[in-house]
Amino acid sequence: MRPRTGWHPWAMLAPTLALLVVFFILPIGVAAYESLFSWDLLTPARFVGAANYAALAAHGELLRIALRTLGYSTIVVVGTMTLGLGLALLLDRPGRLFAFVRASVFSAYVVSWVAVALLWMWMLDGNGGVVGRLLRALGAGQVALLGDPRWALPALAVVGVWKLTGYAMIIFLAGLRSVPPSLLEAAALDGAGAWARLRHVTMPLLAPTAAFVATTSLVTSFQAFDVVRIMTQGGPARATELFVYAIYEQIFLDLSVGKASALTVVFFVLLLAVAGLQLRVWRSRAEGSR
Amino acid sequence: MTLRESRRRYALVLLLASVAAAAWLLPYAWMVVTSFKTLPEIVADPTAPLPKQLDAGAYREVFATIPVARYMGVTVFMAVTIAAAQIALALPAGYALAKLRFVGRGFAFGVVLACLLVPAQATFVPVFLLFAKVRLVDTMTALVVPFAASALGTFLVRQALLGVPDEIIEAARMDGAGEWTIVYRILAPMLMPTLVSLFLVSFVFHYNDYFWPLVMTTDERVRTLPLGVALLREQGTGVRWHIVMAGNVVLSLPVLALFALAQKHLVRAVSPRT
Repeated sequence: MRPRTGWHPWAMLAPTLALLVVFFILPIGVAAYESLFSWDLLTPARFVGAANYAALAAHGELLRIALRTLGYSTIVVVGTMTLGLGLALLLDRPGRLFAFVRASVFSAYVVSWVAVALLWMWMLDGNGGVVGRLLRALGAGQVALLGDPRWALPALAVVGVWKLTGYAMIIFLAGLRSVPPSLLEAAALDGAGAWARLRHVTMPLLAPTAAFVATTSLVTSFQAFDVVRIMTQGGPARATELFVYAIYEQIFLDLSVGKASALTVVFFVLLLAVAGLQLRVWRSRAEGSR
Repeated sequence: MTLRESRRRYALVLLLASVAAAAWLLPYAWMVVTSFKTLPEIVADPTAPLPKQLDAGAYREVFATIPVARYMGVTVFMAVTIAAAQIALALPAGYALAKLRFVGRGFAFGVVLACLLVPAQATFVPVFLLFAKVRLVDTMTALVVPFAASALGTFLVRQALLGVPDEIIEAARMDGAGEWTIVYRILAPMLMPTLVSLFLVSFVFHYNDYFWPLVMTTDERVRTLPLGVALLREQGTGVRWHIVMAGNVVLSLPVLALFALAQKHLVRAVSPRT
């Protein structure tokens, strides 16, 4: 439609565009600029060129942080998608009972990460935690999962899976609603069993949904911070130092603005790669639904 | 499912559903059970399934350690302000993007889409430096203003408005309604389901948010409840889990209550519209 005057659209967009540019677009440029300086927030900044990037890349620290984050994300994405799809297929049934179970699983997605992290910290506690006691009863010996460099990261990822499975389940449930019952009935008439219907009718139709869940969960888990800050502070022996936590450490614990900015830039580029993929999936979904 | 299931298979389905319910509900139960225990009980037998008696000592300790009412007030005020601002700003912006033809619309929409890809975790370092420079760290401004405009909210309002026929707007213009009246008085009520979902999701997200308040505050003045509850654990001596779990209950109860009341809206906001 034609706007009433030339300036109307811009007046309506101005507050939104101004805030988005100042707080989401410009900061990326500022980070790129700051990453070229060495600055501790107190003494004057000093131009160092690419030295911050070089320092981070030296000894493979940057690569380790990226791989660790990817490892955490992989467990979370694979775990939530498998459980989410399984639960969606299991709980897509009429009746109050199934609605209640669906709500129970989804509730974890609504509760604060702080509450979830603290709760699991207590359950995983080496001394009095129920999970620790259970493992001991099963003969695993005295285990403090969060204090063990080998197990701390998988343990955090399991907490992430518990928190985010409800999200995957809800999206898969919405996807299942779009599978025409007539197709399933026709397949059944042709003699396809439950498993064959799932494999040859339901699953192919769920492929776009799965792609959507995969990309959104990947982006979400890539930004994980709360579980790390609350449960392990990056330890033990840096085993759980994920990307955002590493940035946080650089600026607030080491007071190194330059390195924190350099890490931010690398983080943003990685995120852009993942998110570019996400946007393509969204676009193809939007076109497919028309 | 219209296809009939055998009895045996249905029994298996019920069994698996109970396992799922247990996996997600038992941790909450454990949180509540622990919060009603006393320190000697936790030390003596940490996995006792029930407290000897309901002891509210842990809750008294929570309220004595952190100013719960003030933190809760700050948190709710912050979350409500953000959610309300996002809707107030997304309505006209979404209207301009969905319904008005003008030069630069593609560019403006591109900016909104680009911001969908930038999380606060990628902006907090420069934004913190900015707020430090203008001395706004530790203020409500630093907590609210960066989120007052929502790229996702703008995008969703635009999508919803695409489904509203132009004739409604033309008729309103004929009747002499101004553009702002059309946006806030005529279109907003038509988008109510979308707006309610947006408001609730934004409220819950920012009520729960730990990251932004953590990096934007350094002292007491504008501390939010998630920070306060996380501090209970940091100040604790290691085994005072009953107090931490009591704090957890205080923190999660409002959100779980809201979820129970408005589950439909929250679920709709998360599911993709196809």
